Amino acid sequence: MVNQDESMLAVNIAGIKMKTPVMTASGTFGFGLEYSDFVDLNQVGAIVVKGTTLAPKVGNSGRRIAETPAGMMNCIGLENPGVDEFITNTMPKLAAYQVPVIVNISGNTVEDYGELAARLDQSGIAGLEVNISCPNVKQGGLAFGTCPESASEVVREVKKKTSLPVIVKLSPNVTDVVLMAKAVEAAGADAISLINTLLGMAIDIKTWRPVLGNTVGGLSGPAVKPVAVRMVWQVAKAVKVPIIGMGGIMTAEDALEFILAGASAVAVGTANFVNPYVSVDVAEGIRDYLTKRGLTQVSDLVGKVNCG
Amino acid sequence: MTKTCVTAQVIKHNIIAGDVWELVVVAPEIASNTRPGQFVHIRLAADTLDPLLRRPFSIADCDAAKGTLTLLYRVVGRGTELMTKLQPGNTINCMGPLGTGFNVSAERPLLVGGGMGLAPLLLLARAFCSRPATILMGGRNEQELFWPNLYASVCQNIHITSDDGSVGHHGFTVDLLPELLKQQKFDVIYACGPHVMLKGVAAIAAQYAVPCQVSLEDYMACGVGACLSCTCASTSGKRHKVCTDGPVFWAQEVVW
Repeated sequence: MVNQDESMLAVNIAGIKMKTPVMTASGTFGFGLEYSDFVDLNQVGAIVVKGTTLAPKVGNSGRRIAETPAGMMNCIGLENPGVDEFITNTMPKLAAYQVPVIVNISGNTVEDYGELAARLDQSGIAGLEVNISCPNVKQGGLAFGTCPESASEVVREVKKKTSLPVIVKLSPNVTDVVLMAKAVEAAGADAISLINTLLGMAIDIKTWRPVLGNTVGGLSGPAVKPVAVRMVWQVAKAVKVPIIGMGGIMTAEDALEFILAGASAVAVGTANFVNPYVSVDVAEGIRDYLTKRGLTQVSDLVGKVNCG
Repeated sequence: MTKTCVTAQVIKHNIIAGDVWELVVVAPEIASNTRPGQFVHIRLAADTLDPLLRRPFSIADCDAAKGTLTLLYRVVGRGTELMTKLQPGNTINCMGPLGTGFNVSAERPLLVGGGMGLAPLLLLARAFCSRPATILMGGRNEQELFWPNLYASVCQNIHITSDDGSVGHHGFTVDLLPELLKQQKFDVIYACGPHVMLKGVAAIAAQYAVPCQVSLEDYMACGVGACLSCTCASTSGKRHKVCTDGPVFWAQEVVW
């Protein structure tokens, strides 16, 4: 029963209709097209494209990735071709697929975010994901995502400039992630995604130099999963908007933990590098789990963790 | 679809010399459309989370009829250390063929390789079989220079340099290059090896006005142009991805 199978996994996140609850995390799946030799993009829940800025960015110099125990660190530095290139040349290619495209936007000022939202509003995409882990140049480089007021200001500005669903991606590098979640929800976020990478560092003991060109980088992969599940669980209890959970998902079992913790959808990130088929494999695994348990809808599992 | 991701069975795995190994796997889908200079991105075990990432290896040889790929690798870290444990009959996961390989249009090719950079040049030399190639190879010492045996059947002339003088010309690989270019007319130089060697080869090639292709390497996660770990500046101003635009580039495209 194809139809029943399809409806089993279908989710609607703030108006973004997805065939499966498994999305690809920003920065780990390029613009989707890079993986089209391996994956039928129409089978992916949604593609969140590479972090996009107003002007093209060349990113950081020096070494950009380092493997860590059950994980990796990166300091790509938001290299991207800029929003106009995306709208003019990339989006028309993605439009050939029946998959929602979500653009992850990054800025250094509140105005940058507003301008990005305005330019992307009529580009044919399904939604925006606001990366608030960027430095706020007017606040001495402190990340928007570490200050509830700055984060709210960004979200209000984006909401003002777009009619698209707005997902806000939270940074785990904060003392209280719930505080940030409540702030962005109050500012108008339609959904919340978490977690972004955890700030890390590795040192080469032969040279006494940092391994990464940028000295520090974002840790991702299975190593961060317990932190991510905990944060999703905490945030899910505190907000009403849907949550997209991510952080180290490699398998359907990992994804189910996030869903039980309160995520309505999940994203696979680092795992794409390891298994190019992972977004489809995880969705199939979730379907098998639901079938074996006699469940009809993935939504039946959301937030069902029993903490006694 | 030309790129695939397949399970490949190990049929041969042995030490060639010192810490350099030869690994032969069966991957007909990849072997049937590999071009010299392309690479495979491999994962040793499907269920391990540590080490997590795939490792890129240049393809040193492939046999479309037998469906085999040959990788030559040196043990340099944890991934390659674990790789040495593979036994015939074991399987690995292979993504490939990835990247843009060499332009094999030369009539009088000169290959220049240093260290493990000699691995991808082996497949290139084989592609030139009807137009026998000349190779200039270098390494640290005689023990590292086991390559002449591998190249004996595919190259017409073999010139050797070693850093310590234990075999061939005493000096760096590039030291011999001007002399070779003066003696003989080559229409393309193909180079792979350490960055400093490639830079030297590119400069000499430009000086002698011989077109030159270089194969670069960098740390990479995805291997398909998505993660942007391996991008580099190019002389055109456009950012290049080593994994998809390369690893092979014309030397004048590279910002040295």
